[in-house]
Order: sequence, then structure tokens, then C-alpha cells
Amino acid sequence: MSSYEARFKVWRGDAEGGGLEDFGIEVNDGEVVLDIIHRIQATQAPDLAVRWNCKAGKCGSCSAEINGRPRLLCMTRMSVFTREETITVTPLRAFPVVRDLVTDVGFNYMKAREVPAFVPPEDLGPGEYRMMQEDVDRSQEFRKCIECFLCQDTCHVVRDHEENKTAFAGPRFLMRVAELDMHPLDAADESGLDRKKTAQDEHGLGYCNITKCCTEVCPEGIKITDNALIPLKERAVDRKYDPLVWLGDKIRRRPSGAV
Amino acid sequence: MSVVDRQEWDVVVVGAGGAGLRAAIEARERGARTAVICKSLFGKAHTVMAEGGIAAAMGNVNSGDNWQVHFRDTMRGGKFLNQWRMAELHAQEAPDRVWELETWGALFDRTKDGRISQRNFGGHEYPRLAHVGDRTGLELIRTLQQKIVSLQQEDFKETGDYESRLKVYQECTVTRILKDGSRVSGAFCYERESGRFFVLEAPSVVVSTGGIGKSFKVTSNSWEYTGDGHALALLAGAPLLNMEFVQFHPTGMVWPPSVKGILVTESVRGDGGVLRNSEGKRFMFDYIPDVFKEKYAQSEEEGDRWYEDPDHNRRPPELLPRDEVARAINSEVKAGRGSPHGGVFLDVSTRMPAEVIRRRLPSMYHQFKELADVDITAEAMEVGPTCHYVMGGIAVESDSASARGVPGLFAAGEVAGGMHGSNRLGGNSLSDLLVFGRRAGLHAAQYATGLTGARPLVDEVQVDTAAAEALRPFSAEGPEPGAENGRPPENPYTLHQELQQTMNDLVGIIRREAEMEAALEKLADLRVRARRAGVEGHRQFNPGWHLALDLRNMLLVSECVARAALERTESRGGHTREDHPTMDRAWRRVNLLCQLVDPTGGLAATDPVRGQIDLVRETTEPIRPDLLALFDKEELVKYLAEEELYE
Repeated sequence: MSSYEARFKVWRGDAEGGGLEDFGIEVNDGEVVLDIIHRIQATQAPDLAVRWNCKAGKCGSCSAEINGRPRLLCMTRMSVFTREETITVTPLRAFPVVRDLVTDVGFNYMKAREVPAFVPPEDLGPGEYRMMQEDVDRSQEFRKCIECFLCQDTCHVVRDHEENKTAFAGPRFLMRVAELDMHPLDAADESGLDRKKTAQDEHGLGYCNITKCCTEVCPEGIKITDNALIPLKERAVDRKYDPLVWLGDKIRRRPSGAV
Repeated sequence: MSVVDRQEWDVVVVGAGGAGLRAAIEARERGARTAVICKSLFGKAHTVMAEGGIAAAMGNVNSGDNWQVHFRDTMRGGKFLNQWRMAELHAQEAPDRVWELETWGALFDRTKDGRISQRNFGGHEYPRLAHVGDRTGLELIRTLQQKIVSLQQEDFKETGDYESRLKVYQECTVTRILKDGSRVSGAFCYERESGRFFVLEAPSVVVSTGGIGKSFKVTSNSWEYTGDGHALALLAGAPLLNMEFVQFHPTGMVWPPSVKGILVTESVRGDGGVLRNSEGKRFMFDYIPDVFKEKYAQSEEEGDRWYEDPDHNRRPPELLPRDEVARAINSEVKAGRGSPHGGVFLDVSTRMPAEVIRRRLPSMYHQFKELADVDITAEAMEVGPTCHYVMGGIAVESDSASARGVPGLFAAGEVAGGMHGSNRLGGNSLSDLLVFGRRAGLHAAQYATGLTGARPLVDEVQVDTAAAEALRPFSAEGPEPGAENGRPPENPYTLHQELQQTMNDLVGIIRREAEMEAALEKLADLRVRARRAGVEGHRQFNPGWHLALDLRNMLLVSECVARAALERTESRGGHTREDHPTMDRAWRRVNLLCQLVDPTGGLAATDPVRGQIDLVRETTEPIRPDLLALFDKEELVKYLAEEELYE
């Protein structure tokens, strides 16, 4: 066991403004950044606001930026830094600050509501679903998402462009569209909902220029760009320009389902 | 007093974990305007931490399974103290609750023929747990969350407002249930973000707040688990049932210190992992209790064969119910055969190829790699018991989930008592949430929409009193009347740490009379000091203030646990008395009910002997004969008292 005193700079303030505050604080073997934030709270700044929950990388609550990089506070071990390094902890930059390290992530909940839900197949009742493992693998990967919103925070489409927020759902929710589109039993098509088209027209898939920043920060290691966004783009493009698909669509679609 | 904003609903659900969300879905689908209120963000509830799976006798992997077998396993796991009607409903309805999740978009792991795969777990006779790798809780919470969003989308189409019939108040806390006479009239709440107070008026309140683990030092539970619902019910005049039964999960991480207590899923053992002591011995073979002797393998060879051929071999003792395994680990460590950091070894690395481990246990692989620098495909994990679950809880009617004695109050999930008896089987929690969450939502909606005459009214005086109680920590610096003049305010973080240490050391996994008496005295001292818990800063997102308010709940609940544990002079399930080491059949029929001494809300009781809690013994209803007939007489003799056998 060896302890040392680390230097921390933690952003404190609220919507009106704020700044970095210095703390000298004890660090012990095996600790993560969230432990240190908690120690600051318990011993030096009892009203320091931080959002957290499971402390095991499963709930996605304690997202913040450590030395400028979006990370989970509970999964960032102190051992990745040198003892001399000053560690700077700031709130997620893409969302409005509420207080200290807590931001208003309401944007994400708004976007979640804009993605039409799973459409159950009409001819199958509960207990009658049959799906092969290899067919659910792809959507299952996306369902590992813990909604930490680090990808939403880092994505340059919105990070420094507040004005894009209305038109762009962000990687997390484009991935949700991909997940539903790849669900073996989703009956969106039959109900007249073209998920690929909505990805393009309503959720701003076209804004994404596949720089893979989202994949890099994903604490679950989901290949957001390669496995969700690029395939979704390909499928959306096929739809748009493939004359056969276009013709088939025209013939098959019921009048009530026309978009 | 300040004017407090009020909103009217039919049903208010407190807590947005599996039980709360399932209740809200049901209530809204039954036509009740429903509000959900939760301390965290929507979708972050502690249910996400559940790893192993949802127990439901679908019989997809072994067709021998059915609800009767599941019922038997549940009763055995709970050492026959379960509220048997709940165990029956649970076993019967769990499969429907799982299948319905698929129609809402859940994607479980599959069998070869495309059905929902099921895995083995401690205490379950057949592979029974529907799962998604080792992140089943996340799948459950996300599916329910997305179902709620889809209902809101429907409402939006119809009314132009997503929240017209179903609204989630996230990052809000309820501090009091309000009443009109004996009936529920609403809830007093504050917004964590702003500190603003508000009142939700409703004739039905469903409490689904989860557990109490944050009163213990080593726990797998998150900060939310401060026993809020248990305390809210007590304060509203409802009794708590069998609070002495606290489950210590056998396998929590033991190192590094900052992650001590974090859960290592039972799936590790269900899928083939074994427990060894420092001598390399699979010690669980030495700890099979008499009641389970016929059902578990007597040799390593037989145990190993069982994974491939379960019909002709018995299961390995690593898969005994959790209470047995936790006690065994405790004994090994105490006997000096522990691992370097005070646990034992849990090994999958020698049992499965690395790529199978990474596929079946991805979260565990990730958790150990990231937090402990341990590669579980190459070396053993170090594990030890961690406070995981409370079997005790709000006393409810089995069919309707309504709390006893308080019309309009319902409870479901971990906060409700009875279902699991003295010990819960792994996997039975997620199914419990779904089965009784649905039932609570259903009956809460029926009660609210079926009321004839005037709705219960919210009493202004109760609102003012609740507001004053919530603001108290900000004025704690002021001198108290009498002898306490001039003493500085108490730090809520310090009080919390002392409480956790007390419960851990004195009312933990192995209990002794003198220690529990000492715990009660310490709790009384903390209760007095907690009245002077002070906070700095203002009401906007102030964690110190939130903790100061949560302390009231933790102290109330901890006293219930300590008092009930002192009273029950036997060892059963999640309650082990060193001074009364055996199970006593006479105690099987005894429920211990905790009630508030002064339900009017005066919490001045500072006498440790008297305390705040009254304990009442109650004889349980006899188990229905057709359910008893599911067991062999020879087995029943081990659990039931003579007179019960011949009734």
C-alpha cells in the first residue's frame, strides 16, 4: 500500500459561470478518479456536485472530462496518471452545466423520444419469437450501450455546434436506429416506417462524417462507427439511389403507409 | 410557509428500477395517469447492475422445468419462510413476464432452436435464467425504459404532449408519503437539481425503491440504496416484515479497496467457475448442509460431469444457495485459508477457454481487467461476501401488492417483504420485479380509478412539516435547546461512515447478541447526532444535504434490522446467529413485524433500549395443502414443526 497526495483541478460553478478550483488530496492504491472526487466531497467540499451511481462502469452516470478527454470517472484508474501530473476534471462540454460536474443531459432524452419504438410483428404472440443467435448478435452489441452519452459529448457535429442539435440525433441514437433496423423481428417496414430513411431525413445521419471519435470514447467498446453508422449509411444510400429498391418500394407500399 | 407546487396524478410510482417501471407501464395501460419519480437519471436505476438473469420456468433448455419446480426451489432457498402465495404467483407468472419483454424489443441470448436461452444458477434445479451475457439487468431496464418512451410516443400522437399520461420526474427524491386520515393522499418531493419542493397528489402510491445496502460498509449496492421506501412506509404507518434477513452475496470483489464489495456475478459459478482456498482445495464439498445433502454432488468428478449431463449427476456445491456459500467463504477465511486480500479464489481460467469466458462473462472480464488488473482468463479472482439484498421489507398482501394497513400504498420489488423468505435465490429478483411490479401497477390503478366519492386531500400542515424537516440540515448550526448549546454541527459523511462500520461489524454476516445490543446503542447515539447533521452551501444539487436527509431513512431501517436480528434466536437463510447456530422449526411460522413507535412523526426517541421501533411477532398462515403436496414428507420434516405436519 502506498499513498500520495495528488493535485486536482475541479471545475466548480453553475450556469452563471465558474472556474477551476485546486485541491491537494490523498490517493491510495487501486483507486479511480471517482474515489478521489468523493474524498474531496467528504473532507473538503461537501457540496461538490457529481453524478454517479453504480461505480462499476455499468450505469453510465459519472461521465465527465478528465484532462479534456470524455471518460467515466468510475472507470478511470489513478494509476494511468503519473504522481506529478495535475488532474483536471471538468463537466461534459457539449451539455449545459447545472452545477460543478453535473450537466443537463436532457438533449439525449429528447432525442430518445424521437426514435420510433420497436414494432412487434403482428402475427407472433408472446413466447412465439424465434431468432437465431447470429441474427441477434449485431443488435445485441448496440444494446450494450450504458447511455453514458460520452459519444454524444465528443461528437464534433454537436460538440462545438449548438445549432446542429435540432437536426442531429447523435451517435447514440443513430445507433439505436441501426439496432432496430437490424432487429430480426422488427416490423417497422410492414407498418410503413422506413428506418433507414428516417435516419437520413429525421435524425441527421448525413452530418456524420465517420471520424470515429464516438467509437474511441465508448467505455463499452462498441464499434459505433464501423458496425452501426457506416452500415446504416450504406443501407440508407442503397435505398436512396438503387432504382430497383425504389421501384419495389413504390409497388409494395400500402397507401396508408406512405410517408 | 412557502407555497409548494402541486400536481395531480392517479398513481405515483416511487423508484424507476425494474419494479417501478413495470408498475408504471401497467398503471398507464390500465388508464391511470401515472407519474414515476426517481433519484437518478431515467434508466440508471440499480437494476442495471443485475448480471445473471431472470428466473422463469419456460423450460426452453430442460423441458422438465415448470412452475411447480420453480416454486419448490424458491421455498427451499428461502428455508420455507417465504410468503408462499407470493412464491406461487411468482413461479406461475414469471414466464409471461419474460416473453412480454420480447414484444417490447428485448433481445435475450438464444438457444440453438432460436428460443430464449436459459442458464444454471445457485438453488435452481434446471437451467432457468433468461439472460443477455452478464448484463441482463441493463437489458431489462433499457427494455422497460424504451417501452415507457413508446407509450409516451402514443400519448404524444393523441394529445400533443409526451407527458400527458405518463411522466418521469428524474433526479427527484420523496421524503414523505402524505395521508388523509388512514389513506394515502400523495408524496412530498424535492428536485435534486434545484432543491425545489413539490407535492404529487395521488390516491395511489407504489413504493419500489429497492434496498438498504448503503447502511453497510461492504456492499454491492449503489448510493441510491438508502432504504428510502422502507422508511417512507414505516413513517406512513405500514409495518416492515422480517428485516433481519439480509443477503450477503458470496462473491464480491475484495481488492483493490476502492472496489471492495462490487459484485462478481453468480453466473461465473453457474457456467463452471469453482471456489478454492489458499491450499487449492475446492472447499464447498465440506459445507453441504443436511437439508441439501441428497441434491448436491459428493465428489468433484460428479460435480464436473453435471455440467454436461445434469440428468444423471448432481450439481456441484458451488451452486448452493447464496447464504450457504457466503458462510462457507467466511469460515475458510476465518480458519486462515483465505487469499492474500482476505477472500477466497474463484477460478474460471482453468475451466473454460479464454474466448468462451470473454463471450459469456464480458462484463466480469472487463471489470477485473479495468479495476483490478486481473485477467480472469488467465488467473483466479479473489472474492468475498458483500451485502447485496434485503429479503425483509414492506409487509404486503400477496395478490395485490398493497401495503398492510395503509389504503392506497403499494410496494413491489426488493422493498417489499415476504416473497423470498429468509434467502433469495439468484435470478428470482428480476422476475420478482416484473411479476409484482405489474401486480402493484394493476392494483394501484384499479384502486385510484375505482374510488367513489372525494379523493383523499393533501393536508397543508403535513406539507409544511415535511418542508421544515427537509430544511433542517441548513439550520443545524443554530444552538439546540437545552444542553446541546454551542456544539458544532455533525458532518453527514462522517455519520454515514460510522453507521456503515457499525452495521458491518455488529449486525453483519455472523451475528452475536452482545454485538447487536451494542449496535442498538450506537444507532441511538447516531440518531441523536444525526439531528444535528449540518450542511454547507445551498439547495442546488447539494450532495451533502441529500445525504443528511437520507440518514434518517438509513438509521430507521438499520434499527429494524438490528432489533429483528436480536429477537430471532435461530439461524436461517440470511440471518446467522453464532449463539443460536441451527435452524429451529418452531421459528418457521414466526414473522417479525417492525412498526414505528410513534407514527405521528415525532422522532425524538433517543433511548437506545426503547428506540423508534416496536417489534411484533406474528404467526404465518399455514401453507396451502396442495402446495405442501409438491414436497416429499421426508423433506418437509426438516423444515416444518410437528404440529404443522399433522394439520
